[in-house]
Amino acid sequence: MISLNNILVLPILLPMASALVLLAFRKNNKAQKVIHLIASILSLITAIIIFVSIREFGTVSLNSGSWQAPFGISIVADLLSAIMVLISAVIGLSTSLYSFAVIDNRHVKYFYYPLIQFLLMGVNGAFLTGDIFNMYVWYEVMLISSFVLLAMGGKQEQLEGAIKYVTLNLISSSFFLAAVGLLYGLAGTLNMAHLAIKVPLLDNQNLVQLVSGLFFVAFGIKSAVFPLFFWLPASYHTPPVAISAIFAGLLTKVGVYSLYRTFTLIFVTNEEFTGTLLLIVGLGTMLTGVLGAAAQFDFRRILSFHIISQIGYMIVGLALKSPLAIAGGIFYIIHHIIVKTNLFYVSGVVNEYSGSYKLKELGGRFKVTPFLGFLFLIPAMSLAGIPPLSGFWAKFAVVKAGFDLQDYITAGMALFVGLLTLYSMIKIWNEVFWKPDPNEKNVSNIIDSKKKIYLYIPVVSLAAITLYIGLNAESVWEIAQEAANSLIDRESYIKAVLGDMK
Amino acid sequence: MILLLALMIGILYTAGFYMILRRSIVKIIFGLIFLGHAANLLIFTVGKLTRNSPAFIAEGSETAAATIAEPVSQALILTAIVIGFGVQAFAIVLLKKAYIEVGDDDINKLQSTDKLD
Repeated sequence: MISLNNILVLPILLPMASALVLLAFRKNNKAQKVIHLIASILSLITAIIIFVSIREFGTVSLNSGSWQAPFGISIVADLLSAIMVLISAVIGLSTSLYSFAVIDNRHVKYFYYPLIQFLLMGVNGAFLTGDIFNMYVWYEVMLISSFVLLAMGGKQEQLEGAIKYVTLNLISSSFFLAAVGLLYGLAGTLNMAHLAIKVPLLDNQNLVQLVSGLFFVAFGIKSAVFPLFFWLPASYHTPPVAISAIFAGLLTKVGVYSLYRTFTLIFVTNEEFTGTLLLIVGLGTMLTGVLGAAAQFDFRRILSFHIISQIGYMIVGLALKSPLAIAGGIFYIIHHIIVKTNLFYVSGVVNEYSGSYKLKELGGRFKVTPFLGFLFLIPAMSLAGIPPLSGFWAKFAVVKAGFDLQDYITAGMALFVGLLTLYSMIKIWNEVFWKPDPNEKNVSNIIDSKKKIYLYIPVVSLAAITLYIGLNAESVWEIAQEAANSLIDRESYIKAVLGDMK
Repeated sequence: MILLLALMIGILYTAGFYMILRRSIVKIIFGLIFLGHAANLLIFTVGKLTRNSPAFIAEGSETAAATIAEPVSQALILTAIVIGFGVQAFAIVLLKKAYIEVGDDDINKLQSTDKLD
């Protein structure tokens, strides 16, 4: 009989096991696809089981190797972790289908599928760990897989993008490591629940503030906030689109998740300082991202800049720190991952038809493939925040939180950035779908029908999820609210990990 | 001893950031390695330095002596060193490949991903 606690390791173990099995089938393309697909489906099933049971029973913790917390490494899932694991499984499954259509044999030969599984293992590990150093290790697992995935094409622009990505992320890792070391020196523990008890009681709160700043820089680089985001638009448009899509959906959100975790659980003193810092950075991120996108004329680069601008909303949600704002931020993360990945998928489908990502070389797609046009409109309008799609409710919550706190600048800025987002989406719509095709002959309507299935299933299903979140916003909102409450109620997390020990 | 290590860490961080800001891609590698070492030494130093008493439990006794060296920071550093090795090895290969591809070791030449089209 598997108890609920033990299931918590499955989102980490399943990708690892399947990656190891995949390594044995290097030469067999077909077997790799089957194994990868089965592993992704199993991951989704376990993620659903975890999500449902966490929602019913509350935060669950597992002491790995039966070492009593805080001495061993705890694996902890509260509702936020469960949500993140569930979405990463959804993205993992849809990307695995999409990969069958767009990933060439060269990539498969150089371990594309095992690397994706290792990436998911790192991502899930970072979501589930209850130990701050362990989180560093999962970050590295995730990073090294993403480095290889980014650079494996070997083209000049991919290598250049990879250099920028690798260098800046390694700097962030060294910040992270130094911050963990300093925090351990201050508090004498690495367990996050234990830190949550000890850190607010430390005498030297100035040093705590300094360490929280280091953590902020480390996670800030990973989640691409202003002014630390430059690696993202330099690299995300270079690899094959399936890789871009999974990166766009998951990687920066691991950084955002870590910010949510540490700044609601561990660094809760000095609220004024961290709140102001997060708010300024969040607003800057929103604005620079959306302005950067306005200048771009490459499908994927526009979308990359919009990742940055959307991260800003999540950071603002954390900065305002009222229950409504945090729930809004969590809702935003849920909505954003689905929508952004889907937009990258659509850009890939357009590329399959027309062979380009450059807006100037594209056109006339609505005439030839109207269905794709509608599929683009759902995530695009959702990103811009048009009711009744998911983005509207997410933005509504953040803006309302701003008004409730009488922070009119934040609320106004959030609305303004939403308008500019709409501008960018309309720009893509006009250029890719609406305007006549600049080179008439290149408009092809022919994709191999088997390939077409793999391209369209992920797009359609993610669009369906977007519609579901939008039209059924209340139930999703309830989940976000429960997750926010469990973040704010630190005691429940601490109790789940440490029992009644004080 | 602490002062010496603190100075060393400071120098490593300074040198690391200076190297990363140079335009040569070889120097970026050195910068990254310096930063890694600096972080490791930092963890070592904040874990409190204890001389002549390694983190072992003496034979026959159940618990450790009152003052032993901090074992956790040593474990952290070992993990970080291993990870650092792997990542740095990857970075070296990547930069070598990029050097062959671009034909220049000047970072300013790596602008093709930032151009507006």
